[in-house]
Amino acid sequence: MIDQSPNSFSIFRGIIRRDIRLAWSQGGTGTMALSFFLIAVTLFPFGIGPEPQTLARVAAGVIWVVALLACLLSLDRLFQADYEDGSLDDLVSSPVGLLAVVTAKMLAHWFATILPLVVAAPVLALILKLPPEGYIYLAVALVIGTPALSLLGGVGAALTVSVRRGGVLMSLLVLPLYIPTLIFGVGAVDAAVHNSDPIPHLALLGAVTLMTVVISPFATAGALRLSLE
Amino acid sequence: MHRFANPAKFTRLADSILPWAIFAMLLAFVAGLYYALFNSPADYQQGESVRMMYVHVPAAWSAMFIYAFIAAASFTALVWRHPLALIAGKAAAPIGATITALALITGSLWGKPMWGTYWEWDGRMTSVLVLFFLYIGYMALWQALDEEEKAGRAASILALVGVVNLPIIKFSVEWWNTLHQPASVMRADGPTMPAEMLTPLLIMGVAYQLYFLVVVLWRMKLEINNRKVSIMRQATAE
Repeated sequence: MIDQSPNSFSIFRGIIRRDIRLAWSQGGTGTMALSFFLIAVTLFPFGIGPEPQTLARVAAGVIWVVALLACLLSLDRLFQADYEDGSLDDLVSSPVGLLAVVTAKMLAHWFATILPLVVAAPVLALILKLPPEGYIYLAVALVIGTPALSLLGGVGAALTVSVRRGGVLMSLLVLPLYIPTLIFGVGAVDAAVHNSDPIPHLALLGAVTLMTVVISPFATAGALRLSLE
Repeated sequence: MHRFANPAKFTRLADSILPWAIFAMLLAFVAGLYYALFNSPADYQQGESVRMMYVHVPAAWSAMFIYAFIAAASFTALVWRHPLALIAGKAAAPIGATITALALITGSLWGKPMWGTYWEWDGRMTSVLVLFFLYIGYMALWQALDEEEKAGRAASILALVGVVNLPIIKFSVEWWNTLHQPASVMRADGPTMPAEMLTPLLIMGVAYQLYFLVVVLWRMKLEINNRKVSIMRQATAE
């Protein structure tokens, strides 16, 4: 029952607010992804040794790769929780249209799950001995590049929403598509550390993200509609 | 195109094409392999191991062509709901994955004498490896969903997202690291390869395409028959 019909934008905002609140409520994906990110990065010095030069060389790559994995881990629940309790059916029939709904949900995923990783990344860069020239570009590259992770992941999550234990399958579908983002993201940091120009890397990273902005909502909405048939 | 949406008509068409295609394929393979192995010069730098090219390069071409074929079939399936397009995509994927694996294996066997290593993280090898993963993902999604129609359309969406991303992946990986020699056949100023090497290479390219045509038609027929069988089983069970 809608008494005063809310406009589309307030519904859009409402979905974002709801998803962010769910992600940070007890047992939500936000805290779990962040904890995974911190722990997994901390494992690397144990694996490859504590020598500062070695760590500095791999710091950017480790942070990016673990960020991808943390994102993947949280994507599992992007649509599945709503699918299981039936609220996805409500969202699909909402007056703003499925395209806006999935965009809102992927945006909320980025704000709730990925943005904390971006904020935590410089601290991890510190303990991995990343040279100080790289800090600012690591943060900028993560901000520019990670929306593509949420958006491409959304497609994977929507395709596997009705699959039991779809998480493994989703990683198979999504990880190859993450490669360009990873390459340009690490490239920007490496360029900054080695005194060359990181701007072309950032521009290409931005281009990849913009491409996914165009493709992903349509593919995600299509996949979700298919899963709900 | 919808004229061939009828499986019976398609089967008849396939049956009339197949004998010719098989004959042409055998001819192309025999001629291509003869030229490649016995009647083409050894490279002055690479020696006899250049003959690996005649198996490797057409495999790499086919690997990309078959993915494009799957993407086209997926587009047809999603936009026009053509019933055979889903079957075509499903039938083509394992062939594509196998040929991509063949390209990787022959590439690494060729790499050993040439570069001194089985695997080099160079742009083209790496992007073919990613292509292989895309094939695996496509086939895994087909298998994960129980309902054929649903699985097919989900896999089609994935194939289309993949084909849009493929040039980006290829570009980014090549930019990331390039050790492989620059392209020597597909160039605007004409091929730089001598004709006596180019001819067997192109014949082998045609042979691989014919092989794909033959096997994809076989597999599509098999898929149609499998569905017939399962429908009959259901009918008798009731």
